Amino acid sequence: MTLEHPTLALRGITKRFGALTANDHIDLEVRAGEIHCLLGENGAGKSTLMNVLYGLYQADEGEIVLDGEVQRFAGPGDAMRAGIGMVHQHFMLIPVFTVAENVLLGHERALGGLGGAREKVREISQRFGFHIDPDARIEDLPVGVQQRVEIIKALSQDAKVLVFDEPTAVLTPQETDELMAIMQQLRDEGTAIVFITHKLREVRAIADRITVIRLGKVVGEASPDSSSTELASMMVGRPVELTVQKQPPVLTDNRLQVSNLTVLDAIGQKVVNDVSFTVQGGEVLCIAGVQGNGQTELTEAILGLQHRATGSIDLNGNELLGDSVREVLDAGVGFVPEDRKVDGLVGEYSIAENLMLDRYRGEPFVRGGTIDRAARDDFAREKLSAFDIRAQSIETPVGTLSGGNQQKVVLARELGRPLALFVASQPTRGLDVGSIEFVHSQIIATRDAGIPVIVVSTELDEVVGLADRIAVMYRGGIVGIVPADTSRDTLGLMMAGERPAGLRTADPVKGAAA
Amino acid sequence: MNDQPRDADDPIEPAAPQHASGPPDSGQAPTIVHAPEVTEVQVAAPAAPTDDRQVEVEDPWGSAFRRIMGGNLVMAVLAIITSLIVGGILIAATDERVQETSGYFFARPGDMLAAVWDAVGGAYWALFQGSVLNVSRADAGFAQLIKPLTDTLNFATPLIAAGLGVAIAFRVGLFNIGGRGQMLWAAAAAGWVGFSFTLPPVLHVLVAIAVGIVAGAIWGGIAGAFKAYTGAHEVIVTIMLNFVALWFITWMLRTPGLLQNPGSNNPISPAMPPSAVLPSIFGPPFILHWGFVLSVLAVVFCSWLINRSNLGFQFRAVGYNANAALNAGMDVKRITVLAMVFAGGFMGLAGAQQVTGAVTTGFTSGIDAGIGFDAITVALLGGSTPWGTFFAGLLFGAFKAGGFRMQAAEGVPIDIILVVQSMIVLFIAAPPLVRAMFGLPQPGRKSRRQVRDEAKIAAAAQQKGAQS
Repeated sequence: MTLEHPTLALRGITKRFGALTANDHIDLEVRAGEIHCLLGENGAGKSTLMNVLYGLYQADEGEIVLDGEVQRFAGPGDAMRAGIGMVHQHFMLIPVFTVAENVLLGHERALGGLGGAREKVREISQRFGFHIDPDARIEDLPVGVQQRVEIIKALSQDAKVLVFDEPTAVLTPQETDELMAIMQQLRDEGTAIVFITHKLREVRAIADRITVIRLGKVVGEASPDSSSTELASMMVGRPVELTVQKQPPVLTDNRLQVSNLTVLDAIGQKVVNDVSFTVQGGEVLCIAGVQGNGQTELTEAILGLQHRATGSIDLNGNELLGDSVREVLDAGVGFVPEDRKVDGLVGEYSIAENLMLDRYRGEPFVRGGTIDRAARDDFAREKLSAFDIRAQSIETPVGTLSGGNQQKVVLARELGRPLALFVASQPTRGLDVGSIEFVHSQIIATRDAGIPVIVVSTELDEVVGLADRIAVMYRGGIVGIVPADTSRDTLGLMMAGERPAGLRTADPVKGAAA
Repeated sequence: MNDQPRDADDPIEPAAPQHASGPPDSGQAPTIVHAPEVTEVQVAAPAAPTDDRQVEVEDPWGSAFRRIMGGNLVMAVLAIITSLIVGGILIAATDERVQETSGYFFARPGDMLAAVWDAVGGAYWALFQGSVLNVSRADAGFAQLIKPLTDTLNFATPLIAAGLGVAIAFRVGLFNIGGRGQMLWAAAAAGWVGFSFTLPPVLHVLVAIAVGIVAGAIWGGIAGAFKAYTGAHEVIVTIMLNFVALWFITWMLRTPGLLQNPGSNNPISPAMPPSAVLPSIFGPPFILHWGFVLSVLAVVFCSWLINRSNLGFQFRAVGYNANAALNAGMDVKRITVLAMVFAGGFMGLAGAQQVTGAVTTGFTSGIDAGIGFDAITVALLGGSTPWGTFFAGLLFGAFKAGGFRMQAAEGVPIDIILVVQSMIVLFIAAPPLVRAMFGLPQPGRKSRRQVRDEAKIAAAAQQKGAQS
């Protein structure tokens, strides 16, 4: 290692929000030609730190030193000019603009018009082998390619430091591998890379250095050779069980049978295309696939939220298709929506009110049209302790809770009534390791209670850990239903729509019993 | 000893509010109570600064204060005060004596200041006397003394009912600008029942009002149905339905055999028979009628409906987050229609009160008297809570009652009162502006002083902990 200054050094960055210290004297150094992973749970302060670096927040204490010079960023523009580029988790691209137009946006003079932008895109994509047409419209490009446009955008500003903020959340396993190759290439060309993630597998695959932060403080540096368990323990601050503990499934007679389900979207396209599968009581069927391949619409169709659906959804001989959401819930379907803040909770409502959100009629919470507050509060207090919801009281508005605690409220509500089917969509998205453990154990407990369970997840680790069988969806259809021990490579191929030769499929009942 | 107060689950997101300052109008105290185990930690380890902050919160006065500070009440009071100050400036600026004396302000500043005091003090004193207690006529007996107060209640009566019609729609996320149309239909229906039928005294007026409420509810429900089943925006729909109601009723008032007073050429209805008129509560000289009691009952009912009933639970859920309501099995479309039915019903009560209480000599298409629009102001000032609307209605009733006297006694144009009213809403609608003017902390952000105080408290507690 040379003795030069590190390309980027954050020294003693402290950022407070009121009494809350989101970043507490954080030191971070990134050298040219290295990938520095910033590992931490949600809410650990990673995003705050990067927003300070990118000029979106001003640090209360500490300094940002770039190539030996102390920087002062009043906004992202300053950061960009200084050579810091950011690849956001949610792309900052305008869908109806072309690649070149997006790259040009905000740098009209520097790039010398559209022609210059086109040239720049060609040059960068040639350098990295991106094969991107500067005149392609963003909305026509696959997600992985859109991300490359984000990278080109940052590189077109001659970024010396590139920050990748949870870049793999939206990618297939193959796209993730490709992204990692790009990151390695960038590193080899001398770019300093900050890679923010909470996915341990990726960290271990690519990081040169790892800094773990927890509760706003740097816990320490970890070696890339550390095991996942070691890294997770550092992140959480206590020993963590990463694998899901479960016994072989004991099947019951409960049964959900979905046959030839097709769902049309608003413009008449098939978003779920002729899907058939069975889930038996006592097993977990995981639906794997890249986000946006019909999983959302499939679960919404089960809940009765999709009105343009045909086929059959049969729960213990009871046809659910065509029923209202109310009727579906009354039939005993528990549902954890994929976006808990939007679909699962009323943020302004208290924990107690959210726990009765779907039981606003009749016993036990309503008598004579009036809400029985005593019954409601008793139930809430019981669930608060049973689900270990960390809140000041049952009156706390749910919107002020952390993601993990919010999800516990959703789970407590949905598992708090007699169920005939449990559907959980992205149940651990955005949760910290500790909450993930808890959610997984609740899902397995539900399965062991003899209830058919469907889990939709885009995280392969979760799918493999929870599933008794795995159904892989691609472009609205099911590519195949395979046993839980199917290799990741095979699952990855299936997620891209390929059906490998000699694929072992999991026959509904026998496969699950195996 | 576990002195680590924060667990891994605590949010460190910047947006997470420090104090559970819930929506101020949720009708529930966002009180902060501790989970039992945390309390134990506090007893054992008072040294932990985070805990100490919470101990401070446990003081009931502190918590109540915080709730009021975070809520609408302080904002409302500050908005009113600010508006009165601005109104005072306008009164002073338009006063002739003040203008005159300002010419030689630097020679004799006392003259101008006295003139300002006379103009502003006199105007607001007249406002007070016209709306609360008529002190100048105290020697004429108790009745004359408190008559202005009853006038205020009288003016407030339809404002409160109509305010509820806006407030309940607000709670479901709907903007009911259709008060005029709803009130007009209600007035027409109640009036028609009044002058067309012969019924026993008490029953007649009650039936007339009930029919008026139903008419308003239907007109509101139509707007709700348009919104729910076609996706049309309720603001557009209710505004347009106002015109439909206005001109339809104008036509009916012009058409003999419908609403027009037989033998009249003017678009005016027959007068209400005595049996269909709301009687005065206290008898002459007071004009305050039993409609006020109906408004109070409406507030009580609305309060139960919004805060306690399961229908209100659905109303608020849809208002806050319609997606979550949908996922919880609520019929969002039905709730939308029902909310507008109730909103129209409250407006209907106001319309019926107008025709059975305020203007009983036959009504015109101006019977709504702009109350449907004033109601928006009232509901906003009242934070869309039933009792908030009640008190806001009283205040605006007082402005109406006192404004006349102010104009008569002091020659201050009544428009000044309208300016004050409008300013109140302006300030209510822009809380950060008022907070900035009064140096109050913005929510979600603590003032430096607060942070410093907290640090002091924490340090003191730490010392105490070290001593014990």
